[in-house]
Amino acid sequence: MNAEIHPIKTAAETALVANFAAARRALPGAAAIAALREDAFKRFESSGLPHRRVEEWKYTDLRALMREALPLAGIPDAAAKALAKDAGAALASIEGRRIVFVDGAFVPELSDLADLEAGLSIRSMAQALAAGDPQLMARIGKVVPTDDVAVALNTAFMGDGALIEVAPGMALARPLHLVFVNVGREAVAVFARSLVVVGKGARAMLVESHEGTNEHQVNTALELEVGDEAHVDHIKITGEGSGALHVSTLMAAIGAHARFNEFLFTAGVGVVRNQLFVRFAGEGTIAHICGANLLKGRQHADTTLVADHVVADCTSREVFKSVLDGESRGVFQGKIIVRPHAQKTDAKMATHALLLSDTAEADNKPELEIFADDVQCGHGATSGDLDEDLLFYLRARGIPAKEAEALLIQAFVGEAIEGIEHAGLRDALLEYVAAWLETRA
Amino acid sequence: MLLEVKNLHVEVDGKKILNGLELSVGKGAVHAIMGPNGSGKSTLAHVLAGKADYVVTQGEVLLDGENILELPPDERAAKGLFLAFQYPLEIPGVATITFLRTALNAQRKQRGEPELLVPAFMKRLNEVAGKLGIDRDMLRRGVNVGFSGGEKKRNEILQMALLEPRLCVLDETDSGLDIDALKVVADGVNRLRSPERSFVVITHYQRLLDYIVPDVVHVLSKGRIVKTGTKALALELEATGYAQYQEEMA
Repeated sequence: MNAEIHPIKTAAETALVANFAAARRALPGAAAIAALREDAFKRFESSGLPHRRVEEWKYTDLRALMREALPLAGIPDAAAKALAKDAGAALASIEGRRIVFVDGAFVPELSDLADLEAGLSIRSMAQALAAGDPQLMARIGKVVPTDDVAVALNTAFMGDGALIEVAPGMALARPLHLVFVNVGREAVAVFARSLVVVGKGARAMLVESHEGTNEHQVNTALELEVGDEAHVDHIKITGEGSGALHVSTLMAAIGAHARFNEFLFTAGVGVVRNQLFVRFAGEGTIAHICGANLLKGRQHADTTLVADHVVADCTSREVFKSVLDGESRGVFQGKIIVRPHAQKTDAKMATHALLLSDTAEADNKPELEIFADDVQCGHGATSGDLDEDLLFYLRARGIPAKEAEALLIQAFVGEAIEGIEHAGLRDALLEYVAAWLETRA
Repeated sequence: MLLEVKNLHVEVDGKKILNGLELSVGKGAVHAIMGPNGSGKSTLAHVLAGKADYVVTQGEVLLDGENILELPPDERAAKGLFLAFQYPLEIPGVATITFLRTALNAQRKQRGEPELLVPAFMKRLNEVAGKLGIDRDMLRRGVNVGFSGGEKKRNEILQMALLEPRLCVLDETDSGLDIDALKVVADGVNRLRSPERSFVVITHYQRLLDYIVPDVVHVLSKGRIVKTGTKALALELEATGYAQYQEEMA
């Protein structure tokens, strides 16, 4: 041990240590899970909160952003559940099966669990942890292993979430809608952890929405296993309060000859960090990993993606768009790794930022790590303001300035949203965009 | 007079482009403005429509007696001024149909008229589009995205027909068109001619004026009208070129 190192030094870090000491015995899970938590927490203790000198967190200095560590959320009471009744209503058009989490805790009575199709299983993560469920024990922390400290904190503190299994060959008739809503009147910390296993040849659409008005600290993580020949769409919509701090991690392992479509939509969160660790574990898979951010004020959104091509013949397309107003900041870090055996990989990544003010900022860091010689990889980035000539064209037809701007912003974001196959979801997202534009006018 | 341009002086990036231009267009009249490259034709079109970056240092532009130089482009449009662009822009992600409906209703709103509902709008759009050979698929695509040069110009005329302006300014609408496309566009314009609607047709070549026959022809050189005549003037220019007018100014 080197006595010179004191990684725990800020108030938030000290509070996290105290919170863990106080909560560890009450957190769900028997000995094996407790040991997993201890290991994860040690990883946090050995490095502290990630800060700007940690390359992966260069633009989102969590140590500086987290002034305090909020107390862990308790079990929601009747009043909290009543407030959560209409959560996720903005996505009614997807006609999904709602699975509701209030302040991170699964609430079956608000969820739509009736008439589950044979082969679909939806359970509480807290219960599965407590029961030491063998399916869970075999996978948790192992779908895409990572040393990331945010994930370590999630593992140490994970409370509840969803454990979902879709049996091989089954096609879900309706999307699954995980509704995460924070309603607690006190600002609290929520650590949600979910695991979704989609079997071989199955088809599932998973929509995750996060909403809330409080100044919560959310650390949410999803491990997703996509079987061979499966087709999975995962859409995450983040729209919490402008005081919220939201750190989210997707760890996805994709099998062979599968289709995987990821879409991240963020509007209106104080600070959001979306991390995606996507591992191409089987040949012949096609993935689209896309997203759109709408930010204003002093909002900050960081998308950090690692697409790891381990095997040959996979295609990945990444397109991310940001609309940045006020003093907001959009960060994109995208790393494509092509391992030595991943020949014939076709990976292309593009980011586009639309800056609506002189004080908004877009940071973009693409990285390609290529160890195979027969691949096609590329990245491109653009940033700019609204095109004056296009604005003039619209105004010359009688469209007032604000409306002309709104049309062009909608068009810019719309290009990203158009790629979504589900019409109801597309419409819902366009509604979000329209609502955001309303608040801007 | 519907349009009166009085002693108009305009600079772009500190360079004088229009130099005391005078122009009066009566109701229902079709005026052609011809001139060599760099004479200020497109500047005139853009200043009338209200593009930024054009600095008016002197003069007035009156539409129905009201000076419109202080008005933003959208208010000028709502008052009935329409510029058909020489180079219509592509707007990916905005369907032509959305664009047209937004524009029409924005103008109606500015004029205090009720918005046109979708069925009534579609009926009108289909009528107008059919005459110009613009199919439904084109209307659903992004504005001008993937359109040929001729289709873009037809789309300009479609907008004009739908918005029913009182003053149409056509900026080199003939440029880049082959003869068949030119005829389609000219037919579209001629159908819109009426005693209540005036046109300013800006062109480098006389050819367009065989199809859109003007009442008055002006020659623009070095930022001012140097000669005004009838249709015969355009034919004369075709034979002699612009050299004499450029020398007169030198």
